[in-house]
Amino acid sequence: MADVLTLTGVSKIFPTHRAVDDVHLSLPTGEFHALVGPSGCGKTTTLRMVAGFEIPTTGTVLLEGQNVADLPPYERNVSTVFQSYALFPHLTVRQNVEFGLRRKSATNIDDKVAEVLDLVQLTGKEDRLPAKLSGGEKQRAALARSLALAPAVLLLDEPLSALDPNLRQQVRLELKALQRRVGITFLMVTHDQEEALTLADRITVMNKGRVEQTGTPHEIYLKPATPFVAQFLGDMNWIGKMGLRPEATRISKTPTENSTPATIIHSTFLGNFIHIRAQIKTNETLTIEVSRFDQSYQPGDEVHLWWRKEDELHFQ
Amino acid sequence: MSLRRIFLLPASLVTIGLFLVPMTIVLAYSLMTRGPYGGQGLPLTLENYQRFFDPLYGEILLRSFWIAGETTILCLILGFPLAWYITRSGPRRDLLLQLVMLPFWTSFLVRTYAWVFLLRDTGLFNTILMATGIISQPLPLLYNHGAVLLGLVYTSLPLAILPIYSTLERLDYSMVEAAADLGAKPITTLFKVILPIATPGLRAAALELAARGLRVRDIAAALKLTPAAVAQLLGGSTHG
Repeated sequence: MADVLTLTGVSKIFPTHRAVDDVHLSLPTGEFHALVGPSGCGKTTTLRMVAGFEIPTTGTVLLEGQNVADLPPYERNVSTVFQSYALFPHLTVRQNVEFGLRRKSATNIDDKVAEVLDLVQLTGKEDRLPAKLSGGEKQRAALARSLALAPAVLLLDEPLSALDPNLRQQVRLELKALQRRVGITFLMVTHDQEEALTLADRITVMNKGRVEQTGTPHEIYLKPATPFVAQFLGDMNWIGKMGLRPEATRISKTPTENSTPATIIHSTFLGNFIHIRAQIKTNETLTIEVSRFDQSYQPGDEVHLWWRKEDELHFQ
Repeated sequence: MSLRRIFLLPASLVTIGLFLVPMTIVLAYSLMTRGPYGGQGLPLTLENYQRFFDPLYGEILLRSFWIAGETTILCLILGFPLAWYITRSGPRRDLLLQLVMLPFWTSFLVRTYAWVFLLRDTGLFNTILMATGIISQPLPLLYNHGAVLLGLVYTSLPLAILPIYSTLERLDYSMVEAAADLGAKPITTLFKVILPIATPGLRAAALELAARGLRVRDIAAALKLTPAAVAQLLGGSTHG
């Protein structure tokens, strides 16, 4: 499939710092792509350069084959769902959705509004002002407003962060289903690793303005390219320069082939599992994730740790 | 006495002492007769209210409203872009706000009087224009409607910028970005998004400005309470 969005050598230099440094990124049509990284890593600035709110210092932003790097937002076929939703407070849900369609002199505005509001299940709330909507409804209204324009790429800036945690799980599933149904390319910025892993077809991990790795959730989690990526997505044990996931670190009361003796120093009950902290001979402390049914391990116990060769992560 | 009433007491005292009492005194005076040597006295009369409908005063009143309206509109038009610029100027914002406030450090009278020196026949503007040969006769810049308007706008502008600034500062900038994102050009964003959201704040600023315009103008025009009066200084006796 052809790439709908391609960033080539994109950098953004602010007077005080280099926010984005030589970023390359390609999104095939219909992909759900997540940009993740710690705060200040440049993911939001990258998104804003695609939206047109920031102009790249260098590099090209190819949207449907055209370089839009220097175009203002209102001349780009992308649309953003803002973290704060940015619904116009003086306009009803219907007027908010109509806003973009009117600017683009669309036809059949009423039909399109009805269609997207049905898509996000806001039918019946057309005449409400944003202040009268719940958090989830505001999020869906913002989504509808952008979807109505059928943009080449829909940009989402931390779309779920303003929702309370219980709602977030449900909205996450709805968002994924919605993206599949409309088939529009989504580029989402998030700092929530779980959100990225569950929602995205592919993930780009950024750090200090640079791309660390781009890949499917499996690749990113199981074959992280750098220690930073390994550390950022999921927990990580370090034995020298070798990485090992807590769930790949096994524990046993009796020695097995290639096992390492260890002493349990701590045990944390997390509900569905238990995290055991155990110290090995080289003084490194490893986390072992066991099922909550495995409650027989107590602090002070002498145990043996082992893992499969293929679960070891090595970095250059 | 309930706690609620106790907490309301200071505000009530201020309102009664500084608003209700003076207004009542003014009301009482308005019903009295003017004495031969100044001052007010009995008998009570409605004559003062009859004079209100005298065409002479009616015209002054109308002119006051007109110029207050002009001042307000000009101040909003000039103040809005400046307030917007200050809102969007990042770290320099505090400095710019202090510059807006700077004129208040000098006397209102001095600032207004400075305009006399600039605008009069032998003032800076006319001297330069004549010296460069653009005009041969001094332009009548002073003692007219335009001069009064200029003075009022000049002295009112900081008072327009501050409330507009506080309104725009509260406006979530992502609204502006969202409008552009949805295809609105800057001018459309201004009229369809920024102005509607900022209207309550602008309305408050406009009311305050109009009231001030009337006050300053009326102090000068009706009460002849110079020297702190723009109209008296710049409008002269013909416009007082």
